[in-house]
Amino acid sequence: METRLKELAGEAGREIAGSSSIDKLNEIRIKYLGKKGLLTQILRGMGLLSAEERPRIGQLANEIREELERLIAGRTAGLKDEAGRHRLKMEAIDVTLPGRRVFMGHKHPLTRVREEIEDIFLGLGFSIAEGPEVESDFYNFEALNIPKDHPARDMQDTFFIGAEVLLRTHTSPVQVRTMERTAPRVPLKIIAPGKVYRRDDDATHSPMFSQVEGFAVDRRITFADLKGVLQVFVEEMFGANTRTRFRPSFFPFTEPSAEVDISCVMCTGKGCRVCSRTGWLEILGCGMIHPRVLQVSGYDSEAVTGFAFGMGVERITMLKYGIDDLRLLYDNDLRFLAQF
Amino acid sequence: MRVSYKWLRDYVDFALSPGDLADRLTLIGLAVEGIIDLGRGIQRVYTGRILSIDPHPNADRLTVCSVTTGGSDPIQIVTGATNVSVGDVVPVAVEGAKLANGLTIKKSKLRGVESRGMMCSGNELGLDPKTMPLDQAHGIMILPAGTPPGQDIMPMLGLDDYILELELTPNRGDCLSMVGVAREVAALLGTALKIPEPACVEMPRSIAGRARVDIIDPSLCRRYVAKMMTNIKIGPSPLWLQQRLRAAGVRPISNIVDLTNYVLMELGQPLHAFDYDRLVDGHIIVRRAEAGETIVSLDNAERRLTTDMLVIADPSGPVAVAGVMGGLSTEVTAETTNILLESAWFDPVSIRRTSRDLGLRSESSIRFEKGIDIDGCLRAADRVAQLVQELGIGEIVAGAADNYPLPGTEKTILLRPARVAHVLGQDISRDEEADILERLQFRVQKDKENLMVTVPTHRPDIALEEDLIEEVARMYGYDRIPGALPTGVTTRGARTSHQVFMKRIKEVMVSCGFDEVITYSFISPRVFERIGLPEDSPLRETVNLMNPLSEEQSVMRTLLYPGLLEVLQRNYSRRVADGAIFELGSVFYPRPGELLPAEKPCLAAAVTGKAPGGWAGPGAPLDYFYLKGALEAVLAVLGAPGPSFPPLRDRPGFHPGRTATVEVDGKEVGFIGELHPGVQEQLELPQRVVCCELDLEVLASAAGETVRYSPLPRYPSVERDLAVVVGREVPAGDVLDVLYKAAGPLLKSVELFDVYTGEQVKQGCRSLAFALRFQAEDRTLTDGEVVERLKIITEALATSLGAEMRV
Repeated sequence: METRLKELAGEAGREIAGSSSIDKLNEIRIKYLGKKGLLTQILRGMGLLSAEERPRIGQLANEIREELERLIAGRTAGLKDEAGRHRLKMEAIDVTLPGRRVFMGHKHPLTRVREEIEDIFLGLGFSIAEGPEVESDFYNFEALNIPKDHPARDMQDTFFIGAEVLLRTHTSPVQVRTMERTAPRVPLKIIAPGKVYRRDDDATHSPMFSQVEGFAVDRRITFADLKGVLQVFVEEMFGANTRTRFRPSFFPFTEPSAEVDISCVMCTGKGCRVCSRTGWLEILGCGMIHPRVLQVSGYDSEAVTGFAFGMGVERITMLKYGIDDLRLLYDNDLRFLAQF
Repeated sequence: MRVSYKWLRDYVDFALSPGDLADRLTLIGLAVEGIIDLGRGIQRVYTGRILSIDPHPNADRLTVCSVTTGGSDPIQIVTGATNVSVGDVVPVAVEGAKLANGLTIKKSKLRGVESRGMMCSGNELGLDPKTMPLDQAHGIMILPAGTPPGQDIMPMLGLDDYILELELTPNRGDCLSMVGVAREVAALLGTALKIPEPACVEMPRSIAGRARVDIIDPSLCRRYVAKMMTNIKIGPSPLWLQQRLRAAGVRPISNIVDLTNYVLMELGQPLHAFDYDRLVDGHIIVRRAEAGETIVSLDNAERRLTTDMLVIADPSGPVAVAGVMGGLSTEVTAETTNILLESAWFDPVSIRRTSRDLGLRSESSIRFEKGIDIDGCLRAADRVAQLVQELGIGEIVAGAADNYPLPGTEKTILLRPARVAHVLGQDISRDEEADILERLQFRVQKDKENLMVTVPTHRPDIALEEDLIEEVARMYGYDRIPGALPTGVTTRGARTSHQVFMKRIKEVMVSCGFDEVITYSFISPRVFERIGLPEDSPLRETVNLMNPLSEEQSVMRTLLYPGLLEVLQRNYSRRVADGAIFELGSVFYPRPGELLPAEKPCLAAAVTGKAPGGWAGPGAPLDYFYLKGALEAVLAVLGAPGPSFPPLRDRPGFHPGRTATVEVDGKEVGFIGELHPGVQEQLELPQRVVCCELDLEVLASAAGETVRYSPLPRYPSVERDLAVVVGREVPAGDVLDVLYKAAGPLLKSVELFDVYTGEQVKQGCRSLAFALRFQAEDRTLTDGEVVERLKIITEALATSLGAEMRV
């Protein structure tokens, strides 16, 4: 009996090892270990054994059963792994194929830069104001200390709608309108982005362009504050290593006035074609609000002071993205717009 | 303003290189835009006298010249020039010379004859033909007779110099002169300014009785100085004078004209020389022009004058347009022997208007417009007299007819150092402030705390304390004022709800696949025709530009979408046929009775073609439903309640069966629709185009703006599909309306998932299949409740729309 058991164990072992599927293994289990299986059949003859042989054969039979169970479990796990590996192999895709197209739109680069400028100044406590694009001569010129026949009107060739109505040539009218509404209350910290118009159309001028005006009015606003705020702006916009240079200039609505240059973003100030080999790029004009402008707007120019600045969004956009032709910004070529 | 580096040294000592000088000037507000090296690398060009000119043995158009440049051996030069004669002194580029255009001169053979150099034209020496005397503008440059050979040409022609190109701000008319710039340099460096103090020996005879000046309108001419010179010998100017005019960018003409220009450039005082003998009685009358008067100006054009214009007249009529241009009748010519020199102050505004109205801008008018130094008139006239005498080209009549009816009083302004600190945020000592102002030739008196500052007459731009603060700040150095951040009450920066609203719209449109475009606010009035607007459409009532750049940009838009159509056209012409674009911008309507027109913010979008596809399948069609889907997304994000799209069959320019009004909360906010095929064809667009345009003011007032959270459901929902067969003309929108109304609050959502026409559905009908989701907040719905709802819905659909259920 012992011999038969051992033979059976050997036979079952070979069959398990040779099995190629989980189903087959189940059949093997039933064939050998089932209620009517071969092992049970052999053990039916146990009654014929002697009393001392019975426990020994019983133990052997149990060992064989356990061994076979172990083999089947092992083989099952092996087959599962194999099936898993096979599945993964069959499911492989060409991961280098391009992704399914996601249809994305694009904000206009001028919008992106304008929003970036807005966000920087929002962080500095400025609010955003807007005003009409068709303006009166009063708000666009007179209130800004540019009377009729002032030479400064030459700086800004104007589109007229009527004798006293025009397309605003800068966003500064919003300054006057906002101050008028607010005076005599302080503090006032505002930026005013928007479209402006000048009668000029060539490679470096667009008859419509965009500016961001900014100004602050309070009891102790100084030129030093103006410098500080614009330095923060430049560093946020163009990077912490960008240097700024303030140099005296002239605007009828500020006194003292300054032009702000930044170290050239193309050559970091070494001098290149973009900065005309000067190492500097002019990016905005600014100054302390002219006392007459404060007075026209209803402020006591002895009691409060203010600063104001204005920048061209196109210029900053071109520097930021390395765009070398202004006209691209209003051409609306979809291949251009899709790059932003 | 062109500033000669060499010439500047006549008036101020400095040791700065041209580049350093430029940087320093820029930082005190005189921006230097560029530096021109007049030498341009020219080397080895000398004066040479032509000894002989012989015909070329092998060429008719060439000659062989022998030229001495001072050395022992003459140089043989083959030339094609025809304007040279034996004895002429000319610039000669010898072997190894470099010219302005980069050319190097080598020994060469021209048609078999050796040539060892080149005679030069002004152009080859880098001289601008516009600043060459007219007789020298072409051909070899002929130097004055008697010029010794062998001289280096560079200093002789002023080529060893640099020009600083100043881009002056409009307030700094005082720097439109060499002395004006020198004054800034002297103030900057703290060195002395050397202003010419003219003196000359005058004839015993006085101007009295020979010339007379009457100023009729003293508000427009506050001062008029006339100075007389006799026995004038008109001729070319000496080289040094020509050279300086060239440096200033002015063409030399003749000695007297050149001297007036020279002193203009030196002192900033415009001057005009009349031929005394052609003036009636030597009598100058400064008055406004009479109606209908004309004058033939120096450029030989007849100018019609108006009564706003100031003229210089003699008893016979106008002889000059004051401060703008002289008249031809009294012009200085080669025959002139006596001159009357004008040095006057004219009203800036008057000159500006006259110059603009006549379309004439001159070196003189530019300076008068900005205000000149009224105290400098006499000095400038005397300076010309001095130079006339020094050049030996005339005699000076004693005295001047100086008519100065309303001498100006000097301005005195209080400057408070405390105010300087308040404005600048930087303490500068009172002494330093006084020192800066004195260096700029302001007179300063100190009291206990403050400064009383008297403004020199050459600075008419200084009127207020702030102007003085700027003077102090710019000379102190903007870079020495450290940046700070504003102190005081902290302000909160935030976008207004309108700004947030606009930004949201942009973001949703972009996330729906639309590219943002920005088009001009002015359009062509012919656009309305192209897009099929009828003649009487109120949208054709535009706000018009008086001075447009072109008809294409002459009226303010009343609609945004035509701009988008143009963008699609332009892209199509570049073979980009598909697109989804939008624009946020204002449209403009005239508003009778108001000064300013109405400006309304709008959203327009346009789609055409299809979205980009790929290996995984074609892209979505960019059609009516694509655009509508995007609009629905925008409206949903904005919290616009109850959007609906009732059919709109009569919008001009649009497809009657494919256009809808966009309504929010029962209010019309705009439209969406496909272009009428006729318009599409007219615009030469290759594919169907769908546009929409929404009035954002109306939308904003209807939109909810705030998003409110609704609790997540706690009980399961029940889903049921419902297929409804209705007449093909019944809008799905109507079906949905009935469905929602009948279903009551238990119906949480409806999704239209299939629209079918075909064999399974009877003729003239279509089947709409909806997925309905029912849910209650407080319990699990029973099957019975849902069945009951469905029954009510189907009955309502049957009654109101004649719908049949499809099983």
